[in-house]
Amino acid sequence: MAEIATMTQEEREATLGGIGCARKRKEDIRFVQGKGNYVDDLKLPGMLFGDFVRSQYGHARIRSIDTSKAKALPGVRAVLTAEDLKPLNLHYMPTLAGDVQAVLADGKVLFQNQEIVFVVADDRYIAADAVELIEVDYEELPALNDPTAALAHGAPVLREDLEGKTTGVHGARKHHNHVFTWEVGDKEATERAFAEAEVTVKEKIVYQRVHPCPLETCACVASMDKIKGELTVWGTFQAPHVVRTVASLLSGIPEAKIHVIAPDIGGGFGNKVGVYPGYVCAIVASIVLGVPVKWVEDRIENLSATAFARDYHMTGELAATRDGRITGLRVHVLADHGAFDACADPTKYPAGFFSAVTGSYDIPTAYVAVDGVYTNKAPGGVAYRCSFRITEAAYLIERIVDVLAHKLEIDPAELRLKNFIPTEKFPYQSALGWEYDSGDYPTAMRKAMAAVGYEALRREQAEKRARGELMGIGVAFFTEIVGAGPTRNCDILGVGMFDSCEIRVHPTGSAIARLGTKSQGQAHETTYAQILATEIGIPSELIQIEEGNTDTAPYGLGTYGSPPPPPPPAAPARGGGGGGRGGPRRPPRRDDQPG
Amino acid sequence: MAKQHIKLNVNGKTIEALVEPRMLLIHFLREEMGLTGAHIGCETSHCGACTVDLDGRSVKSCTLFAVQADGGEVLTVEGMATATGLHPIQEAFIEHHGLQCGFCTPGMIMRTYRLLQENADPSEAEIRTGLAGNLCRCTGYQNIVKAVRHAADRLKSTSSEATEAAE
Amino acid sequence: MALLTEHGDEGRLLAGGHSLIPMMKLRLANPSHLIDLRLVAGLKGIEEADGAIRIGAMTTQAEVIASELFAAKVPILRETALQIADPQVRYCGTIGGNVASGDPGNDMPAVMLALDADYIARGSSGERAIPAHDYYRAAFTTALAENEVLIALRIPTPPAGHGWAYEKMKRKVGDYATAAAAVVLVMDGGACRDARIALTNLADVPLRAEAAGQALIGTPVDDPAIEKAVAAAVAITDPAADLRGPPEFRRHVAGVMVRRAILRARERAGG
Repeated sequence: MAEIATMTQEEREATLGGIGCARKRKEDIRFVQGKGNYVDDLKLPGMLFGDFVRSQYGHARIRSIDTSKAKALPGVRAVLTAEDLKPLNLHYMPTLAGDVQAVLADGKVLFQNQEIVFVVADDRYIAADAVELIEVDYEELPALNDPTAALAHGAPVLREDLEGKTTGVHGARKHHNHVFTWEVGDKEATERAFAEAEVTVKEKIVYQRVHPCPLETCACVASMDKIKGELTVWGTFQAPHVVRTVASLLSGIPEAKIHVIAPDIGGGFGNKVGVYPGYVCAIVASIVLGVPVKWVEDRIENLSATAFARDYHMTGELAATRDGRITGLRVHVLADHGAFDACADPTKYPAGFFSAVTGSYDIPTAYVAVDGVYTNKAPGGVAYRCSFRITEAAYLIERIVDVLAHKLEIDPAELRLKNFIPTEKFPYQSALGWEYDSGDYPTAMRKAMAAVGYEALRREQAEKRARGELMGIGVAFFTEIVGAGPTRNCDILGVGMFDSCEIRVHPTGSAIARLGTKSQGQAHETTYAQILATEIGIPSELIQIEEGNTDTAPYGLGTYGSPPPPPPPAAPARGGGGGGRGGPRRPPRRDDQPG
Repeated sequence: MAKQHIKLNVNGKTIEALVEPRMLLIHFLREEMGLTGAHIGCETSHCGACTVDLDGRSVKSCTLFAVQADGGEVLTVEGMATATGLHPIQEAFIEHHGLQCGFCTPGMIMRTYRLLQENADPSEAEIRTGLAGNLCRCTGYQNIVKAVRHAADRLKSTSSEATEAAE
Repeated sequence: MALLTEHGDEGRLLAGGHSLIPMMKLRLANPSHLIDLRLVAGLKGIEEADGAIRIGAMTTQAEVIASELFAAKVPILRETALQIADPQVRYCGTIGGNVASGDPGNDMPAVMLALDADYIARGSSGERAIPAHDYYRAAFTTALAENEVLIALRIPTPPAGHGWAYEKMKRKVGDYATAAAAVVLVMDGGACRDARIALTNLADVPLRAEAAGQALIGTPVDDPAIEKAVAAAVAITDPAADLRGPPEFRRHVAGVMVRRAILRARERAGG
């Protein structure tokens, strides 16, 4: 494309359709015609359908399971319980948080709608009929859905499989329903700050459990080729390579012989990061039966059994001077992880990036302690529309800053302006170990206040309140971490949280870039092509973007719940930088890329 | 239970099939006919991802048995484009970024199709209530509303062009 | 009829299907036979004769909304139908299905109480008219006999110039009512000559608030009269506690709905 080199900046941008241009999304042409390729659209010869019997109770012993009527139903091909998975050592699977999770309940159920039996049949109607025919005899046990009650002395033991284990993967466990304690900051210095403070505030804030609820539920098709000894799994996987690694660990099949494909995904928001019993059971069933097995959960299953978000019971405290200068922050969190800790946090951060809780403020000393707790609820704790625990942290600090403002009778915006990290302190080291590289928070705040006419709003509020009419003005100024972080800090199950991009330029001037990320609607096919177009000078229309197929995409940790596109564009930018002139390029070595 | 014979028109083609009476229309379309545009997002008839057009009505195909469509005319998203190109509604959704993951989109488009037959010039409020049976988890709806409004404009101007041409 | 008898408990009538089929999908209802009323003649149509309007039970909510006869003569029906579920459900759901099952969450029953409607039922021994106010016994328990089919509703045509309103509070568009009130009233020379008030989802049956209606009669429907009516209506409610709120909240909302409905009905009334 010799002409590009001679174009003006404007001509270049118009031709390339790169960063900053207005363009239509490449994905849309297939979606508006109903030609998306979602997992449940897949139909393979001989494919069977799987469905679950799920627990009625939140906590119960399973006395017996009678599968005889289901097995006798015409069209039923297999009925699996924990007993069938035990010889394969698959009745439990590792979670991304270093815990284990029951694939099928073994003698005990720990949350309502937990998986007990997996039925495989010729079609989904027969599978549902078979589910109805299975009788489970339960002995109900007291269920705990409150993390405080779960940690009480004498609370029922939930995880009998962890009996006697006083250490978990994140350190000491101080109670049979305790998962971990994670601490950061300077406890003593913070205690001193509070002891010496002119003013303190304390607020208990419960961020209730919510669910990411993507419109498409979780699903997979597992297909074992017994002749080649190779497993192919299509699924709603935000992190297909991680799924491949876990599938290899579970099945014993070498990763090189496992093909994981995440096609179009109908929304993820963090819900489709982890590995679910449905995936494992479909894989086992396919290995046993030698035919493809599809599993698609319904909405009730999705909401009640797959990874939730939040469920953080937080107590936040601020120490301050009388004129509103914050001198210390102290936070304790009871993190309700449900029956199994299946959160998808980097290994060193069992509470995610919650330590970003100093927010946008210059707080000299802080201390955070998070206690993870088991309860009789669905397992998880994922990053939903944010990075790991960021929303919880932002909510807490913004809320207690407001509480402090209320106590001191200082305007909440003013109090924030008084405590922002000053521009001259960047790069700034927070009291909880984060480096903030740059920022001009006071200017941003003042611009926002001007844009909404803040002073006028406060006057209006005062007038209304004087005559008994309520009017509230909400103020929040959050600084967040988006995506994950460098591999030296962030790994999941030992796999560094990096990502990769491999670009091949074809002789006739178009290109294909493959990445380890995975769009669930974030328009990577369009946006990555735009970034590459700007970097390497090939029009974005001629750059194909491919993700989701672990055979062809380089290893990456996928795409979670943050607003798109997070750091991985650094991958295409770095991969593409340096000019591109015809011919295939060797993919650059990128072990140290930010994830 | 014995299968029942049904005969219906789907996207302009006459189809005959034998179906179990309990087979839902959504499964018939997706699995028997391979028309996977309509999607399943819930089992409580809320989300509308399964919306198709049946005998001039927007219906949730997950809440109808295939046998209830016997003798009927079904239009799905696969039947919207013609040999000459995309339907203006499809183009409007692309133009105005009315989608992200695409899962709700066929249902949105099929409901929009009927909405604009009911009301060729809907206000924003009428668009929002007109789409009340269709949920989206990605977009926050703003661009969907824009797309529908622009589709209405496109369809009005095409029809007035056609009227002018005829006169 | 014969099919119903033949299949007994295992046979269910299928009208619009948008209450029954969702229950079947959750396997809360498991009939082995469905009798599709779509294929039965004589269950559609909206006609006025002798001062009453007969509505075929299989008339869809969409047809109710589109009816010019209703728009002119019984506009409360259109206002109510537009607040039921969503457009797709309204294309299939029928007015017969909405009134027949005794689901306390449905909206049309209260409106039928406020309109003094009759339900026409046909059984093996012929047809009978069941007044709506006699029809509802308890949740999902009605006066309809086994093997009887509700074939039509008959509404005495309200007088021209009557006032009307259906006010419904819900958590989101399409939800069942947290509380809802139907009001039909007639003014004459500045005073209320007739008033019927009925309530949705505030007990295990739709409620006809007799005393509340009486409290308006003879008055100019001014604030004191309205407050008496509201109090009388709230007094008969017995709302369940559910995700829509605790009973006290739902009673409070009931009062607000009754007040708003009376005010709008009064505005719309001639005389």
